[in-house]
Amino acid sequence: MNLRRLLLIGVPYAWLLVFFLVPFVIVIKISLSDIALAIPPYTPTLELSEGWQGIKGFFAQLDIDNFTFLTTDPLYVKAYWSSLQIAFISTALTLLVAYPMAYGMARAPEEWRATLMMLVILPFWTSFLIRVYSWMGILGKEGFLNAALLWLGLIDEPLTILNTNTAVYIGIVYTYLPFMILPIYATLEKLDDSLLEAAEDLGCTRTSAFWRVTLPLSRPGVVAGCFLVFIPALGEFVIPSLLGGSDTLMIGKVLYEEFFSNRDWPVASAVAVVLLLILVIPIILFQRNQQKQLEADQ
Amino acid sequence: MRRFSWFNITSLTLGFAFLYIPMIILVIYSFNGGRLVTVWAGFSTKWYGELLSNEDFLNAAWVTIRVALATATLATILGTLAAYVMIRGGRFFGRTLFSGMVVAPLVMPDVILGLSLLLLFKVMFSSAGMMTVILAHTTFTMCYVSVVVSSRLVSFDKSLEEAALDLGATPFDAFKSVTLPNIAPAVVSGWLLAFTLSLDDLVIASFTTGPGATTLPIKIFSAVRLGVSPEINALSTIMIGIVTIGVISFSLINKRQVAQRLRDEKTAEASA
Repeated sequence: MNLRRLLLIGVPYAWLLVFFLVPFVIVIKISLSDIALAIPPYTPTLELSEGWQGIKGFFAQLDIDNFTFLTTDPLYVKAYWSSLQIAFISTALTLLVAYPMAYGMARAPEEWRATLMMLVILPFWTSFLIRVYSWMGILGKEGFLNAALLWLGLIDEPLTILNTNTAVYIGIVYTYLPFMILPIYATLEKLDDSLLEAAEDLGCTRTSAFWRVTLPLSRPGVVAGCFLVFIPALGEFVIPSLLGGSDTLMIGKVLYEEFFSNRDWPVASAVAVVLLLILVIPIILFQRNQQKQLEADQ
Repeated sequence: MRRFSWFNITSLTLGFAFLYIPMIILVIYSFNGGRLVTVWAGFSTKWYGELLSNEDFLNAAWVTIRVALATATLATILGTLAAYVMIRGGRFFGRTLFSGMVVAPLVMPDVILGLSLLLLFKVMFSSAGMMTVILAHTTFTMCYVSVVVSSRLVSFDKSLEEAALDLGATPFDAFKSVTLPNIAPAVVSGWLLAFTLSLDDLVIASFTTGPGATTLPIKIFSAVRLGVSPEINALSTIMIGIVTIGVISFSLINKRQVAQRLRDEKTAEASA
């Protein structure tokens, strides 16, 4: 291997090792440590100066107390469970909103598609934080939604939506919608029209042609979109802290508060490790789905 | 020729209304004279004035822009290298680990990335600040760049590079004069993507920042945590405006370039 090739591969490789892999090792290490009133606020720390004895002592002091703590304190179990629930429900809702849109885009006249595409992507370039924030003025007690519903006479008293799980669902659907639309649109756009014509020729009604031909063929896009929404929604922090209530338990928020408010680094690290373990399954499934799609394309 | 069906028109209209109405309301109410967010008290630009005289916000904006510029540039270099290595690198030791590390940050929750980088920086540096935020942002945005660039590299014909090599170009020359011009649009998109992601990031920045390096999202977050604020509406409107102009002009330029390329190809075909 020549020097140029070594540099070419080595630079990005080394960067990712130092800034991506090593931090994870540190997180795992701290999750096995105990909290301490010191800087850094955990013990043990690795004392290389003590040589072999130091390393041996270091490993002897590591324990899984933080993880047993997570299972005994109902807060954490509840938070993981409700994050899974919220992520699951919001993913389903996002799919319900996104599919008709992606379908409409794919069936739109050719000259319209680029514009529609841009309209989907544009919000993605706008600040995530601002898009979440924009719902605070709409969903509040004196917000636009309540004002409109009162004015229409649909309700007599303002609804409480802001600071509930409903607001979190709306926030997730709103911010992650493009991630669901784009992969579904990509599969629908490739769909060969003659397949639908064939189905109709063979006696399918339009609706049943949709259920028996279009929907099954768009499955890879649907699966990809669902993972792209579910995975980040599970660890979401901004949406539950701005739109959710004090009883909205999401693990991203718990981790953030454990770290910043309670300053408990070891427990925060243990929370992160468990979240990662939960995420490994959907991430691997997602990768497999992408791989399959790539192979099908080639 | 396809036409819109009623069903499709309805679903698109409702969908886009859902996507755009919240932002439109935000923009309109940024010109509201009153402090109450939902009561219209006449047209006024006073919140813009107040925003522009607020030095905290201006400082935060300046920090954010500098961080995003540095991040985007570093991430584009590293991400393009990573994409090149993945697509053209052949076999090398630890290739699976490498491609895993390139993809993983894309799906990793912000809180985990932020926490792990903070813990690393506590070991590496004595204090945190703009530099640590740039390092953190570069790490997660370079992965987005490499995804964008590698999708372009995959579709780009390898034999062109090989032809350049056969004709006596050094690998570096071949990269510079054949590969790079061909992947340039993807590299530019990657830079823009990294820039926006860095501008936008709240969670990773709040973990890795230090004194004197408060970024705009951190500032906005602490301002809106307790409720809607008219200054933030004004700030949001400015940001939405910049993005809209940017995206529209970028897509117009892109469209023109594609049209130009199609024309060139036609001329080439005609003369062949």
